[in-house]
Amino acid sequence: MSPYLTSLRAIVLREALRFVHQRERFVAALVRPLVWLLVFAAGFRAALGLSIIPPYQTYITYETYIVPGLCGMILLFNGMQSSLSLVYDREMGSMKLLLTSPLPRGWLLFCKIVGSTGISILQVYVFLAIAAGFDITIPPMGYVAVLPALLVAGIMLGALGLVLSSFVKQLENFAGVMNFVIFPMFFLSSALYPLWKMAESSTLLHDICALNPFTHAVELIRFALYGQLNLTALAWTVASAAVFTALALWGYAPARSGIGRKR
Amino acid sequence: MSGLAVTNLTYAYGSKQALSGVSFHVAQGRFCALLGPNGAGKSTLFNLLTRLFTPHGGQIEVAGHDLARHPRAALGHLGIVFQQTTLDLDLSVQQNLSYFAALHGLAGRKARHRIDAALDRLDMRERAGEKARTLNGGHRRRAEIARSLIHDPAVLLLDEPTVGLDAATRQAITAYAHQLAEDGKTVLWATHLTDEVAVQDDLVILHKSRVLATGDAASIGGEYSLKERFLSLTGAAA
Repeated sequence: MSPYLTSLRAIVLREALRFVHQRERFVAALVRPLVWLLVFAAGFRAALGLSIIPPYQTYITYETYIVPGLCGMILLFNGMQSSLSLVYDREMGSMKLLLTSPLPRGWLLFCKIVGSTGISILQVYVFLAIAAGFDITIPPMGYVAVLPALLVAGIMLGALGLVLSSFVKQLENFAGVMNFVIFPMFFLSSALYPLWKMAESSTLLHDICALNPFTHAVELIRFALYGQLNLTALAWTVASAAVFTALALWGYAPARSGIGRKR
Repeated sequence: MSGLAVTNLTYAYGSKQALSGVSFHVAQGRFCALLGPNGAGKSTLFNLLTRLFTPHGGQIEVAGHDLARHPRAALGHLGIVFQQTTLDLDLSVQQNLSYFAALHGLAGRKARHRIDAALDRLDMRERAGEKARTLNGGHRRRAEIARSLIHDPAVLLLDEPTVGLDAATRQAITAYAHQLAEDGKTVLWATHLTDEVAVQDDLVILHKSRVLATGDAASIGGEYSLKERFLSLTGAAA
């Protein structure tokens, strides 16, 4: 096996083992979207009237509308969680092992993202299964078609997490990431309300939402769940992933001395 | 040039000079102690030698490979034991070592063989299945030294590896590192403790970002004990 595949397998396996050791995290990561789905959406259903917009062909309930957004939420929170664990790794020193390997640094960081995305996707499927248990379903083929969309979206958000982890120097600063990255990204997107609804309130907010990469990740997932490909969303998500990856590579370049910096 | 060669290395944190004009050479099969008080620049030097930082000037050669121009070849010949433990505490010793082997592209039977050999050398074979968290400080260090040997590096860097260990363990690990040098490895051992340096060792004394002395320990010590000489050198320079 080539050294590249060997390292990929080992890094993914390590993420999986870490995940097995932190089952609480798995449960917590599922409770969040389920509360949104089963409590928030139920209460909100009456307040928000949805018209028929693509990819939907009939009127849908609000619960159905927010399922893709909540899949995105799982990917988003996990991307940030893995970024948090990278900061932890750096403080604990185990990041040094990765960075002093003779394999290209970009590849090793990419392996890290693939590992954490794999775990996120597993969580999304468990979430979809529980949602199906509450009669919130999508077409059967959608469960398969959504897989590549989840992969692309997960890699994009994982790369974003990597960028943040290269700039956030200490664990204590992580609360700021929640406030300044996760919440704005989530609320300024099409996860909870369609963009045309947002436009009715404020065109500025609508424009911000339309630029938000997370909106496009959610739309990519939404269309894929109904067996359709949203090319615009795919292009935006891939382009964002490329930009975040480039930033992460720069952030972790040895010349920046970001790692193990004297504190 | 084989072994480890450092030429005119400089590094600064903003306006604070951490290393200026640091040069030394450790020949293959030699044990070189890098002696310096706290804050001398040892950790910065290690960060540069392991490419966690890139130097602002100067050159590093590991087993004949220029670290800046051929980082992958150079890192492939480098075994590192960091000052801070870098074991994943939730994994077993075996899992930690397999993970490391994979980061160096080793898998399957070859990796298993190398891991077993490394654990045997450090008398750690029977602890392979234990979680790193349950090991005491000495055994964690042994596991890390075993790990640093898996890919059979030519040059071994150890950054204050005996910090926090009891006297007996400290002595055992120091003796083992000397043995590795006798077996042909180039060993750079950072410390601030003069009693870890044997008279026949090479020695680099680092103080306030500069090299104060290089050579063999016996001639640097001269008629004084190494401890006295070290204190007078660093004290006078302070």
